[in-house]
Amino acid sequence: MLRFLLRKEFKQIFRNKTLLPMIFAMPIIQLFILPLAADYEMKDISVAIIDHDHSVYSQKLTSKIAASGYFNITAYPKSFNDAFEFIENDKVDLILEIPLNFEQELIVVKGQKLFIAVNAINGVKASLGVAYLNRIIADFNTNVRLQCIHPERFNIVPTIRVTSSNWFNPVMNYRYFMVPGILVLLISLVATYMCALNTIREKEMGTIEQINVTPIKRTLFILGKLIPFWVIGLLVFSFGLFIVARFIYGIVPVGSIILLFGYLSVYLIAMLGLGLLISTYCETQQQVMFITFFFMMVFILMSGIFTSIESMPAWAYIIAKCSPVTYFIDVIRMVILKGSGLGDIQYHFLMMLGFAILFNLWAILNYKKTM
Amino acid sequence: MLRDRKTLLILFGLPVIQILLFGFALTNEIKNSKIVICDYSKDDYSRMIIDKFSANGNFVIKESLLNHLQIESSFKKGDVKLAVVFPANFGNDLLHLNQAHVQIIADASDPNTANILTAYATNIIMDYQKTLYENLNLPYHIGTESRMLYNPGLKGAINFVPGVMVLILMLISVMMTSVSIVREKEYGTMEILLVSPVNPFLLIVSKVIPYLFLSLINFTVIVLLSVTLLGVPVNGSLLLLFGVSVLFIITALSLGLLISNIVETQQEAILISLIGLMVPVTIFTGFIFPIENMPDALQYFSNILPSKWYYIFIKSIMIKGLDISSVWREILILTGMTCLFLFISFKKFKNRLL
Amino acid sequence: MNEVVIKTDKLTKRFGDFTAVDNITFDVSQSEIFGFLGANGAGKTTAMRMLCGLSTPTSGDAIIAGFDVYNQTENIKKNIGYMSQKFSLYEDLTVIENIHLFGGIYGLDNYQLKNKTDELIEKLGLQGERNKLVASLPLGWKQKLAFSVAILHQPKIVFLDEPTGGVDPITRRQFWKLIYDAANQGITIFVTTHYMDEAEYCNRVSIMVDGKIEALDTPVKLKQMFSAKSMDDVFLRLARKAQRTSD
Repeated sequence: MLRFLLRKEFKQIFRNKTLLPMIFAMPIIQLFILPLAADYEMKDISVAIIDHDHSVYSQKLTSKIAASGYFNITAYPKSFNDAFEFIENDKVDLILEIPLNFEQELIVVKGQKLFIAVNAINGVKASLGVAYLNRIIADFNTNVRLQCIHPERFNIVPTIRVTSSNWFNPVMNYRYFMVPGILVLLISLVATYMCALNTIREKEMGTIEQINVTPIKRTLFILGKLIPFWVIGLLVFSFGLFIVARFIYGIVPVGSIILLFGYLSVYLIAMLGLGLLISTYCETQQQVMFITFFFMMVFILMSGIFTSIESMPAWAYIIAKCSPVTYFIDVIRMVILKGSGLGDIQYHFLMMLGFAILFNLWAILNYKKTM
Repeated sequence: MLRDRKTLLILFGLPVIQILLFGFALTNEIKNSKIVICDYSKDDYSRMIIDKFSANGNFVIKESLLNHLQIESSFKKGDVKLAVVFPANFGNDLLHLNQAHVQIIADASDPNTANILTAYATNIIMDYQKTLYENLNLPYHIGTESRMLYNPGLKGAINFVPGVMVLILMLISVMMTSVSIVREKEYGTMEILLVSPVNPFLLIVSKVIPYLFLSLINFTVIVLLSVTLLGVPVNGSLLLLFGVSVLFIITALSLGLLISNIVETQQEAILISLIGLMVPVTIFTGFIFPIENMPDALQYFSNILPSKWYYIFIKSIMIKGLDISSVWREILILTGMTCLFLFISFKKFKNRLL
Repeated sequence: MNEVVIKTDKLTKRFGDFTAVDNITFDVSQSEIFGFLGANGAGKTTAMRMLCGLSTPTSGDAIIAGFDVYNQTENIKKNIGYMSQKFSLYEDLTVIENIHLFGGIYGLDNYQLKNKTDELIEKLGLQGERNKLVASLPLGWKQKLAFSVAILHQPKIVFLDEPTGGVDPITRRQFWKLIYDAANQGITIFVTTHYMDEAEYCNRVSIMVDGKIEALDTPVKLKQMFSAKSMDDVFLRLARKAQRTSD
């Protein structure tokens, strides 16, 4: 019997000349473009320097900042008020004010202060900017000291040298990190929506009644809905991974492809189950759309793809852990970038199996042939 | 429309839950990151630095490793983000040679977190170093004094709440209009209304107005929640905030109208207004990834999204407290977009009638 | 007398305080054409959905083809066919594909499927349309196809919910010919309709008013009882008593 249901679903899907291209094209096009835009890296922080001093030292400091690679000096306003206007218009992120007689007082009084003001709406960007600037100033400070003090006295100062290295992504390419994540998001959206909408459409059109009055088992009917979209999900994912990620972004998975696809298979079952579950609680496509929108938005924004989930308050962390998307984002990054093996992701695997069983069982129980 | 209570509940309830959830949960700070320590020296100095790490809220020390070869396997398990390695004789070197090494290894599969954590960790070690020579009182010191403008507490909500607000308003408005109008098309009820003597333009307007009100109520609730619960202020003019928000909602509704004119079925409308818009709007509005970081072509692309301009406006009014003279550009652009969307929609609509 | 295939006893369905179907009791025998009449909102569709196992009764009993409507609905479904008010074949499948789908669901094997399909296509005169999408067929043909698909698996009973709504008189006549053919094969027909001329074609007719069965007999006897000229008069006389407004 399943054979007949599957044949029906595949025919209906492949016959739809507008929907099918959308299912394939939209995720792929987005995968082309979005990772280019998703870049957190703090470079080119634009700075306005108010130099009241115009001395050799203030100029040296300025060129040191310009040469650091983190900053882009976009303006040299005359006063703080002028500079503040730049901040208001988002022309400038950070202001450095060098006071009058900076050089003179540094040498005569042996101490001087600089003023920094930063647009802190994005708190992390602001504090990183200040930290980088402070490091440049401290470096500059050391150089000044080297010139002014005898070297042997300077050596008394104990120094700890910190060397840092970056594993798994030494060139710090942010796209390696974002492409797999965005692929997961797009797959999740397509799978959940397609499955939920397809089912609710039968409900709205009344064709589901004709099915309900037949002796068919509800498990079979649900399987008939799951399998086609499962196959489509696998196809879209393969295309994204082997074509777009491989040839456009040069991402070659370090870990096992089989492990990744094994996990994907379970993940798709879970997400399709969620779609079915939503459709069993709704009566119209509109309702399905809004409820799926709600869940997908919560899942996406709290999945750790854009922000770290460890930094959330404890209750929010628990919510994030209740979303299947969170686990897959984690797994795909671990397997593709770090080469994690089955042993490393066994907890993730168990959780995903749990989701798959929970959602589908719930959907089957809630899908009533009688009312 | 108002008769459908389930839908109504969804339309009002879900945005409120979302704004609260995201307002509290989303932050780009990196806190509670798990790290491992590999201390070959085990002396007073290394121990003091380790204590500093465990006292810092950014880090949670997960375990101490005996061997640095174990670092890779702890990274592969996923939750450890950083490793700090003290070589043997760390304290000795510091004491006698005045120079010692610490190695920081970051899991850079997430480059952003790696960067930030490396910076935090370096700061902790540098701070410790400062305490070592503080009593030496060196001359020629350049100090700095920094001010965090608009957000002295460096709260994530100040950045994310306006962004989420824009996202929710935009997506819900577009979805509501496009789907409900296409629904009438699909069921053929549109035809019945069109043959009636009602002016077709009035007809469209009357379809859209309930959604305008609905979105406005949502907006009001979201602003109230932001101010009372999430601590995001409204520093500028409330009147201006509302005025331009009405404009933005109309922009989004007309975009929905435009979509409904292009597609034939609800499924297509949902696909375009959700899968087509959700992730792009999230990314190109600029509240997660700074737009100035994007390649030039994408920076230009971001200009066609109404949400980007509204986000700039919201930040200017709510947080920076600016007045109309600083946001006229955004208002102008949103007005232009609305006119364009409506113009195309009506044109297509008219063609269908003829 | 033929075997009784539908037997209800005080069957009732309530939604909250609204009693949609109120204590209905009747029997239908094999190969009978049973007309189930009533104004809009009288409770016909609700009653029919209970008999098909789509909806669980609030109280009362019903035995369909020997099975109980409370806990043997899956057995009932094997022995009935159903054609709902909304046209419910898949519009985006072809004629053949729809026949194969429903035949397959009822467990017909490939050989049976092929024979049945050819037979059915020929009987309906759809040879030219076998590979066309159902969406492209005129309504009358869709209805005839839906009926034929509903009796494809030779059910004991077929339930028809306003099968001829919106169809022209000629097609209606053809449709009733199909119904008679089915009844001659021993299939019991349970049909709701709005058209009183169609009521005259039924062996027996029941008229529902406000959830209750107000009259049940052959068309001839009903007309005598109410001394009416046509079934139309009978219906109007009874329906006038209705308290519920339609919808």
